[in-house]
Amino acid sequence: MHDAQEHANGCAAAAGSGALRESATFDRHAIAEIQRAAREGIYDIRGGGAKRKVPHFDDLLFLGASVSRYPLEGYRERCSTDVVLGTRFAKQPLHLDIPVTIAGMSFGALSANAKEALGRGASAVGTSTTTGDGGMTPEERLSSKTLVYQLLPSRYGMNPDDLRRADAIEIVVGQGAKPGGGGMLLGQKISERVAGMRDLPAGIDQRSACRHPDWTGPDDLEIKIEELREITDWQKPIFVKVGASRPYYDIALAVKAGADVIVLDGMQGGTAATQDIFIEHVGIPILAAIPQAVEALQELGMHRKVQLIVSGGIRSGADVAKALALGADAVSIGVAALVALGDNAPELDAEYAKLGSRAGFYDDWHEGRDPAGISTQDPELAARLDPELGGRRLANYLRAMVLETQTLARACGKSHVHNLEPEDLVALTIESAAMARVPLAGTSWIPGRDRL
Amino acid sequence: MTADGLTAEQIVTFDLSEAKPRELNAVLHDPDITSATYRVINPGGRHSIAVGAVAPVSVDIDGHAGYYCAGMNQLAHVRVRGNAGTGVAENMMSGTVVVEGDASQSAGATARGGLLVIEGSASARCGISLKGADIVVRGSIGHMSAFMAQTGRIVVCGDVGEALGDSLYEARIYVRGSVKSLGADCVEKPMREEHVAEVAELLQRAGIDDQDTADFRRYGSARSLYHFNVDDAQAY
Repeated sequence: MHDAQEHANGCAAAAGSGALRESATFDRHAIAEIQRAAREGIYDIRGGGAKRKVPHFDDLLFLGASVSRYPLEGYRERCSTDVVLGTRFAKQPLHLDIPVTIAGMSFGALSANAKEALGRGASAVGTSTTTGDGGMTPEERLSSKTLVYQLLPSRYGMNPDDLRRADAIEIVVGQGAKPGGGGMLLGQKISERVAGMRDLPAGIDQRSACRHPDWTGPDDLEIKIEELREITDWQKPIFVKVGASRPYYDIALAVKAGADVIVLDGMQGGTAATQDIFIEHVGIPILAAIPQAVEALQELGMHRKVQLIVSGGIRSGADVAKALALGADAVSIGVAALVALGDNAPELDAEYAKLGSRAGFYDDWHEGRDPAGISTQDPELAARLDPELGGRRLANYLRAMVLETQTLARACGKSHVHNLEPEDLVALTIESAAMARVPLAGTSWIPGRDRL
Repeated sequence: MTADGLTAEQIVTFDLSEAKPRELNAVLHDPDITSATYRVINPGGRHSIAVGAVAPVSVDIDGHAGYYCAGMNQLAHVRVRGNAGTGVAENMMSGTVVVEGDASQSAGATARGGLLVIEGSASARCGISLKGADIVVRGSIGHMSAFMAQTGRIVVCGDVGEALGDSLYEARIYVRGSVKSLGADCVEKPMREEHVAEVAELLQRAGIDDQDTADFRRYGSARSLYHFNVDDAQAY
């Protein structure tokens, strides 16, 4: 048994006996963080999204059909899952078979094999993948039937040929893990190939700016979107991705700026590398963000005309169904897709332990030492991930997720997953009821909307 | 015959008081593009004029252009006979873009190749996140220019505002006039022979022949922020 585990077990036993009292304020994590900061003199950087417990989809329940509503037969009656993204202005909207897409993750943060695996898995089930802050690799273009190309502040690798090769363009304003933040890819992950794609020397830290270099604010964004449409002859849907902080205003402004599709990422959404303090303390849960976004779209008469993709902590078909019921058109997954590829696999526990972590806890994706071969540029580690096998695992996971979503939609009597609606939901807690704007279970009370 | 030796029939004119930039851009994206010269009259500060060109044609804009003129240009030679708005030649890949007047903010932002010449002055953030292109400015440039510039070269015959080359990577900057202040990790470096020759070559390509290369000073990255070190935290 590892020392840390032994210590934890010992502490749990002592606390259980009541002999020792742990401070709610200075709990073990807080103490460890103070000790680490005193030792290292720098904030903690890690990957992933918020680890703190926040109101989430788990706090919602579906009201299945009964006398007043009737359900659809599970294995007989059709429940469609297709989604069309970019119907507003683009000549070639995306037609996806399922409402679950793969979020933007860079080659650089991820290995080329991991990117290829994501493309294979997504393509097998008829959905899209997304590039990241490192440009488009030929492998991911080749392996991805539908590829969304991100335009980020750093513009690493940006070029008009790839814009035209892409199926859609996503202007990244922010992400849920760090609304208002830039990024840093540490030197150990900057191989010759990664460096070459970014026009920078190998082996040095590469910073990604937090603001775009050639536009500021919604009026400029409108002109920027127009430029991208002009360069791509109005063929490609233009997505605008924002981290969830003030979604009511951000979504209204993105619509005004001409977005075809909005991507809204909650605070549980992962990042390749950011300060822990940023991940845990900036932004709002996706549960609280979706109703604000939908409200903005509805007020503008653009709900379902400008499609809404939400992300940040989507794990299962239950999460997908609830997100759609709240008004999203599709969801996006990042962390869950990496887990499906093999991230944090229990069989790698001993190797995670050598890195000071454990399977299920590993989040030092920025260090490039990922034993699963996913968040690394080390050729030996990267070779551990078979893109074909990884792709199959991701496709399996996506299929399972979609089956789960359909199961819940049929139970609510819906012949298309987009027919799910807030009326199908109740909340388990006052907080989640207020955030999701659905009644507290067993009542008709929506806190924040209705008087007590 | 025109000065270029072309007949009037070989020059295609777009009057942007009647046509939209869309019509011009669609022609410039046509893989079978044939005409050598396009003339744009009455540009009226329209945005996205001649963006995403793909062929070595000439585009002559007779007046002021708005945002992102010649954005992501490939191979084309674009001349603005007036001023240009924000982000002229942003992310240019190749070719040349000449602005006879002044340029607004973020001129040549993230440009990866080709040559941008500004015969007047450029505003803030000129050459921001530059990724390989060359920029020659006959006048002066504003604050935060060459911020995080990665590769490529910038020559400024006039003065420079605050925080030149903040968080600079490997881009090289040459300035003839004064520099109000240097940004984090940007330092003055000695002008060696090869640098004088580099300035001469860039000035010559920009058609500027009345500057003494000996007057220029060189600025580049101290490379002290290439690996994050907590002791440097005050530098940011």
